Amino acid sequence: MSTIAAISTAQGVGAISIIRVSGEDAFNIVEKIFTNKKFKDAPSHTIHYGYIVDNGEKIDEVLVTKMCAPKTFTTEDTVEINAHGGINTTNKILELLLTNGCELASPGEFTKRAFLNGRIDLTEAEGIMDLINSKTPEASKMALNQVTGKVSNLIKDLRDDLASIIANIEVNIDYPEYEDIEEMTISKINEKLGVLKEKINKILKQSNTGELLKTGIKTVIIGRPNVGKSSILNRLVGEEKAIVTAVQGTTRDSVEATIVIGNIILNLIDTAGIRETEDLVESIGVDKSLKLIDEADLVLFVVNYNEKLTAEDKKILNKLNGKNYITVVNKTDLDKNIDEEELQNKVYVSALKDDNIEKIGDEVKKLFNLEQIETADLTYLTGARNKAILNKVLKSVSDVENGIKNNYPIDMVEIDLRNIWNLLGEITGEVYEEELLDELFSRFCVGK
Amino acid sequence: MEYEIIVVGAGHAGCEAALASARKGHQTLLITGNINNVADMPCNPSIGGSAKGIVVREIDALGGEMGKNADKSLLQIKMLNGSKGPAVRALRAQADKITYPKNMLKTLKETSNLTIYEGIVADVLTDNNKVTGVSLETGEIFKSQIVILTTGTYLNSDILVGSTRRREGPHGEKPSNKLSDNLAKKGFIIKRLKTGTPPRIAKDSIDFSETKLEPGDDKYYTFSFDNKVYYDVDKQEPCYLIYTTEKTHKIIMDNLNKSSMYGGLDDIKGIGPRYCPSIEDKVTRFRDKLRHQLFLEPESLYYDDIYIQGFSTSMPYEVQEEMVHSLPGLKKAKILKYAYAIEYDAIYPTQMKASLESKVLENLYTAGQINGTSGYEEAAGQGLIAGINASLKLEGKEPLILKRNESYIGVLIDDLITKGIKDPYRLLTSRAEYRLLLRSDNADLRLREYGYKVGLVSEEDYQKLLTKKKGINDLIEELKTFKVTPKDNDYLESINTVPLKDGISLYNLLKRPEVDIKQIKRYLIHDYEEAILNEVNTEVKYEGYIKKDNLEAEKMLEMENKKIPEDIDYDKIHNLASEAKEKLKEVRPSSLGQALRISGVNPADISILMIYLKKENY
Repeated sequence: MSTIAAISTAQGVGAISIIRVSGEDAFNIVEKIFTNKKFKDAPSHTIHYGYIVDNGEKIDEVLVTKMCAPKTFTTEDTVEINAHGGINTTNKILELLLTNGCELASPGEFTKRAFLNGRIDLTEAEGIMDLINSKTPEASKMALNQVTGKVSNLIKDLRDDLASIIANIEVNIDYPEYEDIEEMTISKINEKLGVLKEKINKILKQSNTGELLKTGIKTVIIGRPNVGKSSILNRLVGEEKAIVTAVQGTTRDSVEATIVIGNIILNLIDTAGIRETEDLVESIGVDKSLKLIDEADLVLFVVNYNEKLTAEDKKILNKLNGKNYITVVNKTDLDKNIDEEELQNKVYVSALKDDNIEKIGDEVKKLFNLEQIETADLTYLTGARNKAILNKVLKSVSDVENGIKNNYPIDMVEIDLRNIWNLLGEITGEVYEEELLDELFSRFCVGK
Repeated sequence: MEYEIIVVGAGHAGCEAALASARKGHQTLLITGNINNVADMPCNPSIGGSAKGIVVREIDALGGEMGKNADKSLLQIKMLNGSKGPAVRALRAQADKITYPKNMLKTLKETSNLTIYEGIVADVLTDNNKVTGVSLETGEIFKSQIVILTTGTYLNSDILVGSTRRREGPHGEKPSNKLSDNLAKKGFIIKRLKTGTPPRIAKDSIDFSETKLEPGDDKYYTFSFDNKVYYDVDKQEPCYLIYTTEKTHKIIMDNLNKSSMYGGLDDIKGIGPRYCPSIEDKVTRFRDKLRHQLFLEPESLYYDDIYIQGFSTSMPYEVQEEMVHSLPGLKKAKILKYAYAIEYDAIYPTQMKASLESKVLENLYTAGQINGTSGYEEAAGQGLIAGINASLKLEGKEPLILKRNESYIGVLIDDLITKGIKDPYRLLTSRAEYRLLLRSDNADLRLREYGYKVGLVSEEDYQKLLTKKKGINDLIEELKTFKVTPKDNDYLESINTVPLKDGISLYNLLKRPEVDIKQIKRYLIHDYEEAILNEVNTEVKYEGYIKKDNLEAEKMLEMENKKIPEDIDYDKIHNLASEAKEKLKEVRPSSLGQALRISGVNPADISILMIYLKKENY
């Protein structure tokens, strides 16, 4: 395989930038453009000071890390050049590497090589991609956990549980005359299945939360007209995105904004006010916002501190039954007229005075149990592929239950147990699937 | 004298190979050390068992002899796993150690084109890495186009008892002292293996009141699809169950260093089978287990030996006496034959192709224990395939290669050539991924067609298969066409199934777990034989599971169809992990599917291989 190079840090202005080189010619190529002559015979995993030069002309003052195969990320000879940042300097160094024999790494190629060389498994490869793309400290911590293989361990535990059941059934089949061996019966499997299901559900639930942490919580602000939805959005966003006006029905289009409260990403969607209306344009907005309640992971339900709950408020409240929602009681700068008894997860704010707005974030954390997650050991599964597999696992679990219910012979029920075992193997990459690789690697961004 | 095919060794593999070749019309010479010892059963007096019983059915479906010969020689027969699903049921029989070889010899002698000759083969003759015949230890030479080696445990075999080692085959037979070394000189990798056998005791010295009776099933079964019954269900010989005692374990532990395997001999290289451990192994490896199960099995109607299954050992004779006398019912037991371990040479099986032809020498085939397997059935299955493929090669035809979703024999051979072996290989149902497809009952539906095509299944038997297939289709059609309605509720309730509100097809009624096809028979217009009823019962009831297995098998076949060129140079693929490279060079898989099954080759290596194949436009 060729020797590849790419800029590994985010493009832009930063204190330093790192250019990574990997492949059998990595050292030779770097030697050509690096002034420190000790680099050539230096031992593995050492750092060297010097200049990157182009025909004698100093390009940048750098620290160069030398790492010999196989103890590197890609398992190939690897060099990392720590340069002083700046788009022009960094690009110049990359250009120099390319003219001296490197090829530009394609998206995800370092990770792909790490995977192909057997350095990391599939889950870890996906975890690295999440790490690259993560937007918040929580998300990157989560990704880091995958890299170190914690998800793999979680799944491996589950597979071990299954393997012991399967092995027991196999022994019973292959050595039926041995009365001393414990007979794995349907009812014993049924017992163990409960525990198994609990574990799978836990992973699934964590994977959902993990997904929320990674991509953000899809949030809808809902309330009848003129309770201050747009003002609240603006306070959250900190800029004038939505039009704020006292005239009913002026906020017609859904305006999206991504905000970070604490460490949580909220993808906010402002909505047109909900009210019965004859206005055609307005009613489209209303319909849309009603629909959005179903799509959203979180609803911020805005009510007016100054007014009693109206029939429209109560109608919305009805629709929110069973949803994750926070009641934002706005306009605390005015007199209290509201009857609060029916309302849950209340946060009292004044958008006008910018009072208590940040409390909305605290309430979100409480609602999604995210307070715990900040400190807990994060092992969460993310990624659409893994979730799809976990759903297949659940399907197979129900096949097992169905088999048990129908009193099918144990070796038939075992087929689905084995299937679960195989599926879990797919998550950690222990079962091979061709299309899986294509899908996985097409999603990688440049460098690591 | 010049032959087309020479088979070396007349054990279970050799007999099948020679019969297949001769029946296909090829001049065949079968060389054996002792003509009165063909198809010998030096270990268990039994044929079949889990997975193995299905292999015997497969052999029969393909036109082999083992099933028929076992049917003629039964002492007792059972259907194992009867309480489990149809996929894992298998026949196990006690076979008479006198009758079985006698019947086989008779068949061999009656087969035309087949000559039997007594002698010990010393070398395989070659010209330009191609086989030309064999030479015997006497110096005699026999020419042939093809040689099939089925030497069992006779290559450089040593009998081990306590601290003694004797160069000998099973029960004092002459071993083959030269062939193995000559094969090594030709480039074969030789592996030392070990197995063992328990003591035999006199039947009339056993106190049966301290044992538990293990009778045969109360029903007629046959291995062969020709369904000829040679035994009386009421006159089967029973087996007996006993357990080792604390005293037995103490004797073993106290004398452990006297066992050949545990210090009695310090030059043991052979690796014993994990699946058939000696009693020393059992006691030392599972120290917290207070007792181990043993079976007392009759060996023959013609002599009194009782075989103590589960008690194989390489202790010295005097310790064996003590051990046996510590067992319940055996306080006064008289040992007729002492237990021994046997060490022998085998060829490392990744050196052969799926056809069982050697990669080292052209026109040399190997089958049975020489390939590192254990078990009569595993040997016979390979012997049959070797015989068929040697003949097909003579005829200039493509070899018969059974797939993993078609037969246990296919699983066995693929495992051998792909994964190699560490210890003697035993078939297990868990080795088969698609075992719901590989049932005892449908072996004929799976394989008889192949047997017919290669010419080992008669026109008459083939027509029977076609009739059976038609019967199955007709029955399914009938089940789909006819309905039961609420008018039938009285009957349905009488067979303990939920009464109907609307009519449903018989097919859907049969899908109910509690309903058996025999209870539906009354609604059928036509009569169907039992085999057809059972087949359809399984296919309808477990349709969902069978579909799943078929789907998985299709995925496997897709990878199987991605061929790897025979001349691929793995050294040119730089990024392969070195372990994977070594394994791929050793096994030289014919497809990506096979490559994927090699242990030590991981998915990452497969994708590198795939990328390379694509790049090189293979």
